[in-house]
Amino acid sequence: MSNGRFGIHGGQYIPETLMNAVIELEEAYNHYKNDPEFNKELTDLYNNYANRPSRLYYAKHMTEDLGGAKVYLKREDLNHTGAHKINNCLGQVLLAKKMGKTRVIAETGAGQHGVATATVAALMGMECEVFMGEEDTRRQALNVYRMKLLGAKVHPVTSGTATLKDAVSETMREWTNRIDDTHYVLGSVMGPHPFPTIVRDYQAIISREIKQQMMEAEGRLPDAVLACVGGGSNAIGSFYHFIEDENVRLIGCEAAGRGVNTKDTAATIATGKIGIFHGMKSYFCQDEYGQIAPVYSISAGLDYPGIGPEHAMLYDSGRAEYVSITDDEAVNAFEYLSKTEGIIPAIESSHAIAHALKIVPKMEKDKIVVITVSGRGDKDVAAIARYRGENINE
Amino acid sequence: MSNIKEAFEKGKAFIPFITCGDPSLDVTEQLVYAMEKSGADVIELGIPFSDPTAEGPVIQEANIRALSGGVTTDKIFDMVVKIRKNTKIPMVFMTYANVVFSYGIDRFMKKAKEVGMNGLILPDVPFEEKEEFATVARNYDLDFISLIAPTSHERIKTIAKDAEGFVYCVSSLGVTGVRSEITTDIGAMVSLVKEVSDIPAAVGFGISTPEQARNMAEKSDGVIVGSAIVKLCAQYGKDCVPYVADYVASMKNAIR
Repeated sequence: MSNGRFGIHGGQYIPETLMNAVIELEEAYNHYKNDPEFNKELTDLYNNYANRPSRLYYAKHMTEDLGGAKVYLKREDLNHTGAHKINNCLGQVLLAKKMGKTRVIAETGAGQHGVATATVAALMGMECEVFMGEEDTRRQALNVYRMKLLGAKVHPVTSGTATLKDAVSETMREWTNRIDDTHYVLGSVMGPHPFPTIVRDYQAIISREIKQQMMEAEGRLPDAVLACVGGGSNAIGSFYHFIEDENVRLIGCEAAGRGVNTKDTAATIATGKIGIFHGMKSYFCQDEYGQIAPVYSISAGLDYPGIGPEHAMLYDSGRAEYVSITDDEAVNAFEYLSKTEGIIPAIESSHAIAHALKIVPKMEKDKIVVITVSGRGDKDVAAIARYRGENINE
Repeated sequence: MSNIKEAFEKGKAFIPFITCGDPSLDVTEQLVYAMEKSGADVIELGIPFSDPTAEGPVIQEANIRALSGGVTTDKIFDMVVKIRKNTKIPMVFMTYANVVFSYGIDRFMKKAKEVGMNGLILPDVPFEEKEEFATVARNYDLDFISLIAPTSHERIKTIAKDAEGFVYCVSSLGVTGVRSEITTDIGAMVSLVKEVSDIPAAVGFGISTPEQARNMAEKSDGVIVGSAIVKLCAQYGKDCVPYVADYVASMKNAIR
């Protein structure tokens, strides 16, 4: 069996044309990950450019209101560009630069990863092209313009369902077309090896910080860590350093869309089965003949029919739990956190908040829950207004 | 020797690709007979996949047309049963890993053998992942066709040593689709194959004109054409059979 397995999941199911590119990437990654110079440069970028470490905020009002466990929020929304995506982009684009690449390409769903890639490309003087489902360019028009402002070229993708999965397919196609000078900055813990490992390692800073900050604040580890899951990068980042701490519950919150019993869902663990797609073996929403299902969620960032292979393994082993949250529940949580704590979370992150609203009141007061707020919700305000029947211009 | 390899014994091979069920499985069946008559040596039957990441727009659209027409893997197996009553031409499936995996790798290979297929091509299964599929294919006497690309370099020999049926030599970077010119040194790629194996090497991706076919056949053992044929299927729909037949004849004549 090939490299990059997480249990039975993962692997490198990609066209031969790309094989040497991923092998070269793996070699470069392994070389630089222990290079003190590289790590110094990356840490400097994290701290001075991206505003790390991000805060671990005690949500006092939410805690009092829910009357159960103590709630902490890991504020990835306060990073530069407003989401956790920058952690991965700084790592990958710096790596690409060391590899001598001059151009980066990326897929994006909600636009957060596209914006982060365009940002770091601007910072490092790289050419940048972003592929985004046409449907998503409409849902997230502001982010499209933001990417253009940063000097990136945005390609609306019209194939398939014109959402995130098609953006990934189109970026892979573009990579096979131009490899020599181009690095594909994959935005989640998915795709062929070594991407799930690279992205996880760059996002693992989230749980490294939570652990340290929690020890400082409470002198102990949390009882549960919650994060939303599409491909699963902020979730794996939030879970990673807690995997060894078996008393810490790890809970991934998937997008159920209009419900896991409807066709309009993107809850991969709840409704998918094992398959092979986008370079990896993992769980995918698909029909009985293996045709990938057109998924749906109010959240463009979670609107993906698969899940990263490490999550698939954590699910198989029972180490992490995966729950599904409907559009309605996520929108309620979006409004709840805004009103209760004065923090407008991304609609993606609102899926994790929503699950906390269900479990926190039932937990003892001496328990501690950490929710990763993976991004800020400014980009979603217009869509939520529409959801509530108010028409506002962005 | 497998009958796919045998198909290369009679001179340069012409290998057309069509997407099953585009525009209908009846037309696909008729296309097989017509292409054989026009000189095709091996036929690639595409099982449509919702998200074909190695295909350009022409074959992507054919996949969507076929799937919206209700084509399934089982219906394609049934069609092959019918075809096998009328012709012995070597045929290989070309599809994506998930189509085979979700059917059950063993169940798929067993069925493919039963209905009379001779091999299969999975463009998203590279050398590193092939064991999972190739071992089972071998159990059922199906050739698991390996691909080499312009970026393969030192990998070519490793892949060719272990290859079955023929080596699919990808002519260009990028996805499938018609190209005005092919700049890769195909001769060099084929020589690397021949250094380690006597397996035939056929060139595909981007070939559409008789002149390109002649040029590629001079440097290899055969030519694979997909998008140019699928374009005719898209253009003429259910009436495409004579157009495809003429086209295949012109391409085969060019490489004789």
